[in-house]
Amino acid sequence: MTARLTDQFPPRRGRTHEVQGPGAIGFALALAGRLGGVVLWVMQGWQGRQLNPVGAAEYLDPQRLLIARTRDEAETLAVAEEALRAGAVTLVVMELTQPLGLTPGRRLQLAAETGRSTGLCLMPEGVGSNAAETRWYTAPVFDAADSTLMRWEITKNKSGTLAAWDVRWDAETHRVIVVSEAGERPGVAGAAG
Amino acid sequence: MSLWFPRLASDRVLRAQPVDGPFALTLRQGNTERLYCLNPAGLRQGLTPGMPASDARAFCPDLQSRPAELSRDTRFLHALARWAGRYCPWVGLDGRDGLVLDVSGTVHLWGGQESAMIADMRQRLTRAGLAVRIGVADTRGAAWALAHYAEGIAPPGAASETLKPLPVEALRIEAKAALALQRLGVRSIGDLMALPRGTVSRRLGPGVLMRLDQALGARGEQVSPLAEPPHYGVRMTLPDPIGLSADVMAGAKRLLERLCARLKENEMGARVLCLTLRRVDQESQQVELRLARPLRDVARILPLFERGVGQVDAGYGIDLLRLEATQVEPLPTEQIAHMRGPEDGALEDLITRLGTRIGLENIQRFLPADSHIPERSFLIAPAAWSRAQGPWVALRPRPVQLFAPEPIGATGARPPRHFRWRRMALTTQRATGPERIAPEWWLEDDGWRRGLRDYWKVDTAQGRRLWLFHTPQDPGWFVQGEFA
Repeated sequence: MTARLTDQFPPRRGRTHEVQGPGAIGFALALAGRLGGVVLWVMQGWQGRQLNPVGAAEYLDPQRLLIARTRDEAETLAVAEEALRAGAVTLVVMELTQPLGLTPGRRLQLAAETGRSTGLCLMPEGVGSNAAETRWYTAPVFDAADSTLMRWEITKNKSGTLAAWDVRWDAETHRVIVVSEAGERPGVAGAAG
Repeated sequence: MSLWFPRLASDRVLRAQPVDGPFALTLRQGNTERLYCLNPAGLRQGLTPGMPASDARAFCPDLQSRPAELSRDTRFLHALARWAGRYCPWVGLDGRDGLVLDVSGTVHLWGGQESAMIADMRQRLTRAGLAVRIGVADTRGAAWALAHYAEGIAPPGAASETLKPLPVEALRIEAKAALALQRLGVRSIGDLMALPRGTVSRRLGPGVLMRLDQALGARGEQVSPLAEPPHYGVRMTLPDPIGLSADVMAGAKRLLERLCARLKENEMGARVLCLTLRRVDQESQQVELRLARPLRDVARILPLFERGVGQVDAGYGIDLLRLEATQVEPLPTEQIAHMRGPEDGALEDLITRLGTRIGLENIQRFLPADSHIPERSFLIAPAAWSRAQGPWVALRPRPVQLFAPEPIGATGARPPRHFRWRRMALTTQRATGPERIAPEWWLEDDGWRRGLRDYWKVDTAQGRRLWLFHTPQDPGWFVQGEFA
């Protein structure tokens, strides 16, 4: 199995994808930096944590980042759908906590298809929707030489194979660099924990 | 006709909050608080405007005072000028506390009697709690003199007879010239009229004679009315009620075309629009639209109304539509350039549409701020009222997400080898730091009560890369952020 990351990343435009795991925010930022254009980040307003634009500047220009703060999950989905359908932003990131049903998942797909923009749901593990085009599991990995190493793994793919990569983000070129295919590098199995 | 409100400022304040006993407004002039305007009770106590406020308090210990607000007084006078439009269309401001009306064409509406008009005016103003003095005469100068020094009506053509006994100050001349005239023994206007003109103008300059001529009508003086502020509202009544949202949108389109034409004339753009739909049963419903940028483009505004109009309950039908721009901002016409991307407008429309759903202030963007404190190194501003700013510079690695500091049980100045955070057992593999950040002492911040912070970037064996800090002045370890 030799799947190339460039075939899968950035994931298909005009679709909604899902990402899970502790590295989800890094994945979303890397995708936003890779795609360019304006990014709308929809999150629930009550959350205590927030994005730090100074840190995110390594991935994308914070000038292109818009935050929408919603009251609840239903509003998040409504805002995300409207933004995807309008096509004025290239990427809509939505932070979800509840399991996503088939109907809302499908609505997001249709909206993304109409607007030719990409949707990305950040969700906790195990609550994915069947409608998602791809689902990624991402986690940071410790590496003695480098402190941006992440493991990206496709756990669901409607139009391709499943695969996993160890990648790092290159801030200068705004590109994801594949270090090696996961599992082929010595010592990585032990460090991934 | 001249209206003088001798206690405009204090009357305005007392209308809202009546006060028993002496009351004064004070104004800071130079380095002292001086009385600016007094109520009748204050005047009876022997206080005078211009008196230092501390002296006044010594005279009259129960004096209540408040600082004067000149800009609000001016606004109030403008409101009075609008009100005076009910008597004649030609209303001008006269100084800080007066109005001047050209009523020559409207007296016949009161049966040709100025006194009837004055009585009505006086009754209404007294009911509103305003003291007023009214003078009517052929010329503006004579009316002013009467209003200020001898209330009443000068019969047509008899201005000079009426003015003769009045003091020279009634001519609106400078205080210096009035004083000079009094020193010469010229106390009343009649005395001044008796003097040869040549000597007066040689001695006191042309100003005095100009004012005298204006009062007597030998020289013209105009009343310049205030310009009507443009009104951004249009309405449409329908012969038959409508109920379909497509019909309402068609009506809204026609109204919007008229409104946008008016906005364009004045180079303004609407920021908040309000569409009122009145039903047949007199019930009215409103659709409010708050725009992300000032706009006057029919094609862009109209689709934004769709969501609001769709939620309206038409009942038995709607027979009146009213569209008003409740908030407008200057929007100068711009050259269309190829440099501006076409998607710019699409994004603003999206912000507006999302704003109708979750509130325009909940769509935010980050603006850079000049601070080393991590949580103050950026500002969050509503996207509709701010422009993107840059550049963003991170001198040192910063986490991509921040949260309120979460304590972890650890001691010592170096990051702990093992620690628990959010019910995870983590092992430090690499720690980069410390980076010392001192609190900004000029700002009070509860989060920084523990003093200095030494920040460490900790790479754990489990993968998570956390931003920890240690507070050496009040020992403790906290997690404040996570790197990607």
